[in-house]
Amino acid sequence: MKRVVITGAGTINALGHNVQDTWDAMKEGRSGIGPLEFRDVERLSIRIGGQVHGFETEGLFNRQQMALYDRFTQFALQAARQAVAQSGLEFSGELAAKSGVILGTSGGGMQTLDENYRTVYEDGKNRVHPFVVPKLMNNAAASHVSMEFNLKGPSFTVATACASSNHAMSQAFQMVRSGMAPVMVSGGSESMLCFGGVKAWEGLRVMSKDGCRPFSANRNGMVQGEGAGVFVFEEYEHAKARGAEILAEVAGFAMSSDASDIVMPSKQGAARAIKGALTDGQINPEDVGYINAHGTGTAANDKTECAAVADVFGIHADRLMISSTKSMHGHLIGGTGAVELLACIMALREGVIAPTINYEEPDPECALDVVPNEAREAKVDVVLSNAFAFGGLNAVIALKKAA
Amino acid sequence: MSVKDKVIEIIAEQAVLETSDVTMESTLEDLGIDSLGLVESIFAIEEAFDITVPFNANEPSESDFDISSVATIVAGIDKLVAEQA
Repeated sequence: MKRVVITGAGTINALGHNVQDTWDAMKEGRSGIGPLEFRDVERLSIRIGGQVHGFETEGLFNRQQMALYDRFTQFALQAARQAVAQSGLEFSGELAAKSGVILGTSGGGMQTLDENYRTVYEDGKNRVHPFVVPKLMNNAAASHVSMEFNLKGPSFTVATACASSNHAMSQAFQMVRSGMAPVMVSGGSESMLCFGGVKAWEGLRVMSKDGCRPFSANRNGMVQGEGAGVFVFEEYEHAKARGAEILAEVAGFAMSSDASDIVMPSKQGAARAIKGALTDGQINPEDVGYINAHGTGTAANDKTECAAVADVFGIHADRLMISSTKSMHGHLIGGTGAVELLACIMALREGVIAPTINYEEPDPECALDVVPNEAREAKVDVVLSNAFAFGGLNAVIALKKAA
Repeated sequence: MSVKDKVIEIIAEQAVLETSDVTMESTLEDLGIDSLGLVESIFAIEEAFDITVPFNANEPSESDFDISSVATIVAGIDKLVAEQA
């Protein structure tokens, strides 16, 4: 099997419009969550979120492109441009023919869906823009990334709700590891912060009106974010031969299904995915220094996740650090694992563990070192990123420090 | 139909029971209503009475709305309907 390394990273999210700004915010424990700004927000009972502000598309996309790009596609392209530029790769010939792009998203072009439903249902119009379908389809972002960078190999979209990005990156990892593709561009993108998107979540009554406080006893639900994270996964020898800078090594992954409930998480399902990632990467549990938690800030997830970590790691669970950066950037649903992988890379490269902010009251059911409120300097060599989706679909990725 | 009868009708439908099987002392657990069944019942109640029920699934015990039995739910709805009038 081939070794797989990350040679490029890009993002746009509520904390920053690139990786460095996102890392700076994570180090400062800064929140990107604030009042939502969009049409009809006053008709919502949930009015906060991790919205991307100040994203000027002029100069980034031309008029024809704007007519085809939903906001989730814009985010994906922007993050992919940063990642591919950092990697220094140009895709042509054999490399282009074999390299592809796999992205996660849950809602796809939900902004487009929302706007056009409003046009036909509320405004009573009988005509919509001709590009509604190519804009809203879930694979639009992956397709536009493939076109922009000439990626002609295996390319598709994965939609497994909150685990979409981790499932997507797991697929990309497998393809590079098996030798099927020398390079895969992978990550995820989401933009559901519109009236219909938030209204739907409101119905489930799991959203917080006042803030995201993962692991804190007074947590009262999740807060949604938006944005994208995209990475370049490259075969190690290929990267080494061209002298590329290696950000981290992708060491292992696992996926599992709870097969039990459409919304309630399962400790066993989560634990099987965590343990599976360790086994796949031939990682000793004691070597894991940091876990980027799924940590949604709901009553059910956080206690279930902590119990799963305790089960897998035993006494080492009390020595490792586990934080939820959703407290800062919100829950990006299908894009969340990708943005959270940045916190994992920061831990390995910069020796800084991103905090769980808004931590106010210890919860005996979440009695792990959640790196409360302030980032911490620590040397870690192996990290995990957890994602546990509605529908009971779990995916965990393990990264190692670049050797 | 009284508030009590309407609430019992909604809960019975959710639990797939006869209304006669739902008593004021019943708890949702007794009736086999899980967390999804609960939010669905609350939605049906909101639609029936055109009210907004303050309930967050993350902190059921801290919501202003007491769901510990059919009686407390009816009392809560009575209050919300009265406030609305």
